[in-house]
Amino acid sequence: MFLRDLLAVVIIAGVYSLLMAAIFTQLDAVDVAFTEASVGAGISTVLLLATLALIKNQKADKYEWRIPAIILALLTGALLLYSVPAMPLFGNPQNPIHHHVAPQYIQETPEIIGIPNVVTSVLADYRGFDTLGEVTVIFTAGIGVLLLLARRRTKKQ
Amino acid sequence: MGVSTMLVTNFNFTVAIFIAMIGLYIIVGQGNLIKKLIGLNVFQSSVFLLYISMGKISGGTAPIHFEGDSSFSNPLPHVLILTAIVVGVATLSVGLALVVRVQESYGTIEDDQIRQLDLDQENPKDA
Amino acid sequence: MSENVILRIVSKFLIPLILLFGLYVQAHGDYSPGGGFQAGVIFAAGFILYGLVFGLDELKRVVPLSTTIILMAFGVLLYTSVGYLTMFLGGLFLDYAHLAHSEKHGHHYGILLIELGVGITVASVVIAVYQIFTERATRDGG
Repeated sequence: MFLRDLLAVVIIAGVYSLLMAAIFTQLDAVDVAFTEASVGAGISTVLLLATLALIKNQKADKYEWRIPAIILALLTGALLLYSVPAMPLFGNPQNPIHHHVAPQYIQETPEIIGIPNVVTSVLADYRGFDTLGEVTVIFTAGIGVLLLLARRRTKKQ
Repeated sequence: MGVSTMLVTNFNFTVAIFIAMIGLYIIVGQGNLIKKLIGLNVFQSSVFLLYISMGKISGGTAPIHFEGDSSFSNPLPHVLILTAIVVGVATLSVGLALVVRVQESYGTIEDDQIRQLDLDQENPKDA
Repeated sequence: MSENVILRIVSKFLIPLILLFGLYVQAHGDYSPGGGFQAGVIFAAGFILYGLVFGLDELKRVVPLSTTIILMAFGVLLYTSVGYLTMFLGGLFLDYAHLAHSEKHGHHYGILLIELGVGITVASVVIAVYQIFTERATRDGG
C-alpha cells in the first residue's frame, strides 16, 4: 500500500488472492479455494489491468500518513481483539455451529440427493433460492457495467 | 486462560482481525481510488478467512463423500463464502467501471483532488 | 514479432484445453469441487485469452456483444423457469423432487439444470465485461 506504481499494486493483489486460495485449501475449503483462485487471481487481476489501461495514469500520488485513519483502524482492531477470548476454540468439533443443520445436510446428501459433493448440494438444492439471488446479482452487475461504459455507435456503415 | 494465550490459540481470529484492520486502513486512509477498491478486496477476504476458519474441524477433510469417509468440515460456511466471493468480484467490476467514468469526468482519481475540483466548481457558480 | 508467433501457437494449443476443462468442471460439480461459478469463470478465461492474443476484433467476431447479453439473460431465465416448472408440476418453487419419476433423479436434474444456468450467466457476464472494458480502451487510445 505504500507503493506508487499502480501496476505493482495490482500484481501484488493478484498474488495475495492466490495466497488466500492456498490458505483456503489448507482449511479444507476446496470449492472456495477453487473459486477464489479463479475469480480473485484471474478475473480481478484482468479487470484491474484493463482499468489501468483505461485511466492512463499509472502512478498514485505521494503517500501521506493520514493519522485519523490509523487511529480508527487501531481502535476498531483493539475492540475486536477484546472479543476474541469469548470465541469458540479453533477446530473444535464441539463448536455450536457444527451441531444444528450441518450434520443433517452431510448425512442426508448421499441418501436423498445422491451426489457426493455436499457443498454443491447445499448450494443448488437446500439453499437454491440464495443461489438464484446470487445469479441475479451477477446479472445486474453485468448490466451495470454495460450501462456505465458501453458507447452507442454514432455511425453505422 | 490468560488473554494472550487465548489470542495465540485462536490465532485465526487474530489474523483475520489484523488483515481486516489493514483493509480498513487502506479504504479510509488511502487517497487513490484503485487502492481503495483493492483495500475493499482485502477486507472482504479477511472476512472470508474468518468464516472458513470457524468452519474447520481438526482432523476433518473436505466435505465430499468418498469411500471410507471420516469427519467432514462444515460445508455451510463454504456455501456462504462462495456466494460472497462472486458478489465481491461483481462489486469490483462495477466499481472499476465507476472509476473509469470518474477519471473521464474529473481527470484524476485521488479523492482530495476530486473534492477540490468539486469545491472549485461550486464557488464560481454562487458568485 | 517472434514473441507474437510463440504466443499464438501456445494459445492455440491451450485455449481448447481451457474450454474443455471449464466444461468438465461444470459437469463434474456433483462429484468433485466445482460447479457453476468456477466453470463459468474458467470458460470465460479461455475466451479472454483468445481476445488477449488475437485481438479484440477477432473476439468480437466470435462472440459479439449482443450474443453475450442474450446469454446473460438466458442463464437467469433458465434458473427461474426450473423453479416455475416445479411449481407447475405440483410442488413448491424449486422443489426438485417433482421433476422426474424418482426423487433422486429429480434432484439430479434440478441441480444439473440450475448449475448450467449459473455457468452460462457467469461466463457471458465475464466475457461481456472484458469486451466492454477493452473496447473503450481501443476507442480512446485510437
